[in-house]
Amino acid sequence: MDTLLALLKGFTVAAEPSKLLFCLVGVFLGTAVGVLPGIGPALTVALLLPVTFKLDPAGSLIMFAGIYYGGMYGGSTTAILLNAPGESASLATALEGSKMAKAGRGGPALATSAIGSFVAGLIATIGLAFLAPWLVEVAVKFGPWDYFALMIVAFVTVSATFGDSPLRGLTSLFLGITLGLIGIDKLTGQARLTFGVPELLNGVEVTTLAVGLFAVGEAFYVASKRFREPEEIIPIKGSLWMSKEDWKRSWAPWLRGTAFGFPIGALPAGGAEVPTFLSYSTEKKLCKYPEEFGKGAIEGVAGPEAANNASAAGTLVPLLTLGLPTSATAAIMLAGFQQYGLNPGPLLFAEKPDLVWGLIASLFIANVMLVILNLPLIGLWVKLLAVPQPWLYAGILVFATMGTLAVNGSPVELAMLFAFGYLGYLMRRYDYPVAPMVVGLILGPMAEQQLRRALQISLGDPMILLENPISATLLGIAFIALVAPFVMQGLNKFKASED
Amino acid sequence: MSQEPLAHRPDKPALLVGVLLLAVAAVVGHDASTQTITSNYGLGPTAMPYVVCAGLVVLGLAHLFVAFREGLPKPEGADRSALLWIAAGLVGLIASIGLGGGFVLATTLIFACTARGFGRRAFVVDAIIGFVLGLIIFVVFAKVLTLILPAGPLEQLFL
Repeated sequence: MDTLLALLKGFTVAAEPSKLLFCLVGVFLGTAVGVLPGIGPALTVALLLPVTFKLDPAGSLIMFAGIYYGGMYGGSTTAILLNAPGESASLATALEGSKMAKAGRGGPALATSAIGSFVAGLIATIGLAFLAPWLVEVAVKFGPWDYFALMIVAFVTVSATFGDSPLRGLTSLFLGITLGLIGIDKLTGQARLTFGVPELLNGVEVTTLAVGLFAVGEAFYVASKRFREPEEIIPIKGSLWMSKEDWKRSWAPWLRGTAFGFPIGALPAGGAEVPTFLSYSTEKKLCKYPEEFGKGAIEGVAGPEAANNASAAGTLVPLLTLGLPTSATAAIMLAGFQQYGLNPGPLLFAEKPDLVWGLIASLFIANVMLVILNLPLIGLWVKLLAVPQPWLYAGILVFATMGTLAVNGSPVELAMLFAFGYLGYLMRRYDYPVAPMVVGLILGPMAEQQLRRALQISLGDPMILLENPISATLLGIAFIALVAPFVMQGLNKFKASED
Repeated sequence: MSQEPLAHRPDKPALLVGVLLLAVAAVVGHDASTQTITSNYGLGPTAMPYVVCAGLVVLGLAHLFVAFREGLPKPEGADRSALLWIAAGLVGLIASIGLGGGFVLATTLIFACTARGFGRRAFVVDAIIGFVLGLIIFVVFAKVLTLILPAGPLEQLFL
């Protein structure tokens, strides 16, 4: 009952005309930027963060919610019409979606992804609203050791478990943590790794790293191989609307996708790739027309899209209740919170209930706006896809540098943007995942702080981490998740040599 | 069997990454060892850098090991002139901001150079587009968001 009351109060905050306008602008901008090829939700949020600078916290966070959901929606449009998924979470959508578009069924593919996202977003946001207060109550009892252990779990799962190579994932993570060391140590005032450069005393901005890695890195990468991959927009032919048959084949995948996406997103396990691919393979097995898979089966779009959106809402659960970002997008959103001096976590629910519940309520509103706005506006989004590539990337770089300059207009910051961009290019070239680095940068200093707090309480005895049941269990999980891929690799090699 | 790849020469990128990681580890470790402020109880500010340093050493050694096995994924060739154009644009941008040339000039440079890097052959047209784009952004930021982007001589006219 409390939850319903709180949510109702949230709606009164979010339904103010000015807040509705912020939400609408956020949805619109998020979709417009997210639709551009090569730009995923993480980059969308990072690029648009400076736009929300001068707004009040509530308005800006509500706009953020719109940008986040809009970016997700825009990303799937690109995946379907261009077969160019902006991030790994829409890879599964692109598989069947682009085939449908080629077969002249782009309209229904976009429709099932939009409506599926809506259904999934709705259910998952309800899940968020009911799970969050419960988790907050648990989290209040957490000691610093528990938080530290939780962050270790997030580190391991984000970098090691789900990438192609745990070694490259961990390398990316550690580089992020190393960057997190730069600046003044908050507890003692000691300057670390600043090499006498005053601009480094405040540390590395998460947005600078994210925009450098994602935007500048992507521009370098695409430019470096521009002669190899001519991209082609697949025109939408025929009706935009889904037939009765399409509806019949879509609703169950939507629900199953949501069932995969939300719990996996809510675990500190990060990444929407796992639920989307789980959903894809499940639909392939359950489908009555398995022969259509690979040629454009609507189930293969409906399921993964729902899973993708549900897991996006799921990642908000640890972000809002524990302050724990488990994806690159969540890491950037956390940076957005911090920009207003807000620290997500149990305290935020107690101190600023209006703000938190207003944000959750505006997620519902953003969801409704998206489904109403986007189907009629699809023609406009398709036009955006047709921007010539040179202008597109030139524009992206202008916006990327604009964002950096708006936050901190020093040449040192720009030089870092350049360096991170080139690093992002090299990482893409040699298949290092970039998301763990962003997560490492923001989570590293937080983990350090919790560890030091824990050891201060225990007067320096590290056993406190293993004496508490919650932290001990979490560290055990982290250890298993870290070792498992290596063991599996060994087993596979063993099997291969047996054959 | 797994000994077979040893016959190949070591993978150069993996070797390089390994060496670089060890170098970063050395920098982090050295920086921690020269810090002056220590904590009286609990962990001081040097503990975490040493942990990170150790982690980087392990990862660096793992890369050296991998270099003699499968190595890193082999990338396709890259278009160097494209990379250079974009890098030139970024350097021009940094110079323009650093030397007081202002935001609009910086935008003009980055837009025109990036478009050139992506294969456009109309540098002047692109420069004009970048100029107009930069001017619009500057004015919108200054008037609507009350946020002043770096201003050079040209931007002063609009303030």
